[in-house]
Amino acid sequence: MTIQAVGAVARPVPVTQTPQRPVRTAGSNLRLAGRLAVLLLLLGFALIFLYPFAWLLAASLKPRGDVFDNALIPHTFNFSNYAKVWQQLPLVHWMINSVTIALLAATAVAVSSSVVAFGFAYFRFPLRSVLFGLVLATMMLPGSVTMIPTYLIWKNLGLLGTWVPLFGANLFGSAFYIFLQRQFFLGLPRELFEAARIDGANYWTLFWRIAMPLAKPSFIIVFLFEFQASWNNLQGALIYLNAGSVEGFTVPLGIAFSMTKFSPTAGGHGDYQYVMVAALLVTLPLLALFAVGQRYFIDGVATQGRKG
Amino acid sequence: MTQTAATAPSATASPAPQPAARRRKYNRREAIAGYLFILPWILGFLIFTLGAMIYSLVISFTHYNLAADTIRPAGTSNYRALLDDPLVRKSLGNTLFYALLAVPLEICFALFLASLLNSVRRGAGLFRTVYYLPRMTPAVATASMFLLLLNGNTGAVNHGLAAIGIQGPQWLVDPNWVKPSIVLMTLWGVSGTMVIFLAALKNVPRELYEVAALDGAGPIRKFWSITLPQISGALLFNVIVLTIAAFQVFDQAFLLFWRDQSNASPDEALFYAVYLFQQAFRQFNFGFAAAMAWLLFVILIFLTFLQVQIGNRFVHYEGER
Repeated sequence: MTIQAVGAVARPVPVTQTPQRPVRTAGSNLRLAGRLAVLLLLLGFALIFLYPFAWLLAASLKPRGDVFDNALIPHTFNFSNYAKVWQQLPLVHWMINSVTIALLAATAVAVSSSVVAFGFAYFRFPLRSVLFGLVLATMMLPGSVTMIPTYLIWKNLGLLGTWVPLFGANLFGSAFYIFLQRQFFLGLPRELFEAARIDGANYWTLFWRIAMPLAKPSFIIVFLFEFQASWNNLQGALIYLNAGSVEGFTVPLGIAFSMTKFSPTAGGHGDYQYVMVAALLVTLPLLALFAVGQRYFIDGVATQGRKG
Repeated sequence: MTQTAATAPSATASPAPQPAARRRKYNRREAIAGYLFILPWILGFLIFTLGAMIYSLVISFTHYNLAADTIRPAGTSNYRALLDDPLVRKSLGNTLFYALLAVPLEICFALFLASLLNSVRRGAGLFRTVYYLPRMTPAVATASMFLLLLNGNTGAVNHGLAAIGIQGPQWLVDPNWVKPSIVLMTLWGVSGTMVIFLAALKNVPRELYEVAALDGAGPIRKFWSITLPQISGALLFNVIVLTIAAFQVFDQAFLLFWRDQSNASPDEALFYAVYLFQQAFRQFNFGFAAAMAWLLFVILIFLTFLQVQIGNRFVHYEGER
């Protein structure tokens, strides 16, 4: 900005333009003030969004009596909370259960949705657009409509009490992910596939050897989205795991269980510091995923808007 | 859904006039391969969507006894019970109230944040990352945090309000403040909507603003005349998606108020999806719960249809002159 101004002075300026110059600096001052205001607002909101995390970290380090004191720097650091939480709660079991189920759910849906998406993107067959319209329409269906019959299906298959109901339906693809992968496949040049066909490649080879390696970015989006969805799946766990042993819980069900366990109204001693430690620990895997794959998450969400 | 299914046969019938030309378009081997590729979805659709919907509709007209695994017809009695149950009305009212409060606030807040991010050249990425973090926090973690943050006496939110001279309410206890509490938690995680708006804002052609500036339009005029029409597609999408989500709000309400079965929480905290879940998997009133689910579905279809109808009058589509 200043460099430009100096340049403007050094240049021989026509007389007619001189009166404009003070106006221009006033304008840039105003713009500078505007930018400063925007920056301050952005910082303010950043603090609001970050505060609960700082609060959580602090609370997880406090002794029982101090959890409610809102100090961002604990008066006494109780690092032992992090050692004791493992005896207080079967957190290791919950984490292993959740990681296993999330990996199964994400892998199943990412692979199956890719297969289906390639079917819709590459092949020409009767009723293709009608069927794809149906795929999109299923996104509108509230989960509660199919919740009870789905439970009965798993019950009749004798799979209640197993993990299958928490990822089994993912083997058949999922509407939004099919949409996402199809968009990507449609962007690949058709000549690529025609050339491979001439070389004698079969349809599966086109998909597995050519399309899939290129579709890695959107495959990762689908995988990460579903991993997160599965990690957060409270209702499914309530339906399918609540009757079983506490060790068999997933993370969301386990944290819900501990919120009650330590609550004085349920006979606990108000040891909320352990809930805070647990809440922090179960958030870390997702934050780690975000640290590694931030652009995939953001791209995936932005794509949602483009389908509208 | 049912509408689309009903139109499917007519869509097959329409290309009838030129069957020869039609048939030549498809390569048989290719078509069969295509169907094989989409077979997983077809099976899933037939079992977990269409089959489940029909099953659910049937159940809604029966008394289902899970323990004995018997069904006996109930006629419309589940639906009549639905209309008579004061808690259905209460929970539907609560959910509607929540949606009316949450959706406009989410839209405004998300659009405001996205506009801020869009107006800076450097550092926007860093701020976007920070703003997105709440979205990565599991609902259980958010709920257990806010359980303490929103405590009426000791919570940080009320301490913050006290610092600027406002006496905060008993967020999680006072029946009037239960829904605003959930709205607050929802707003903390608004960044998904924000990212969609941000993507839309980045697509607005810069020349439009330059032309408007030459015409002497101020920032407010530019927002109403350029920005809003240009992002109206994303706006409509967000309104629809957030409304559907608001009508199904479950996790936060369940965790804060209904996780243990001692029903000490006020009726004001009973959301439709929570009551439906209780009826289905606490009381095992499958028939009643299925009827509730269908009522929700009909309401959502109606609302979405309405929003699309209204929205299409205002939405500006590129290339449409």
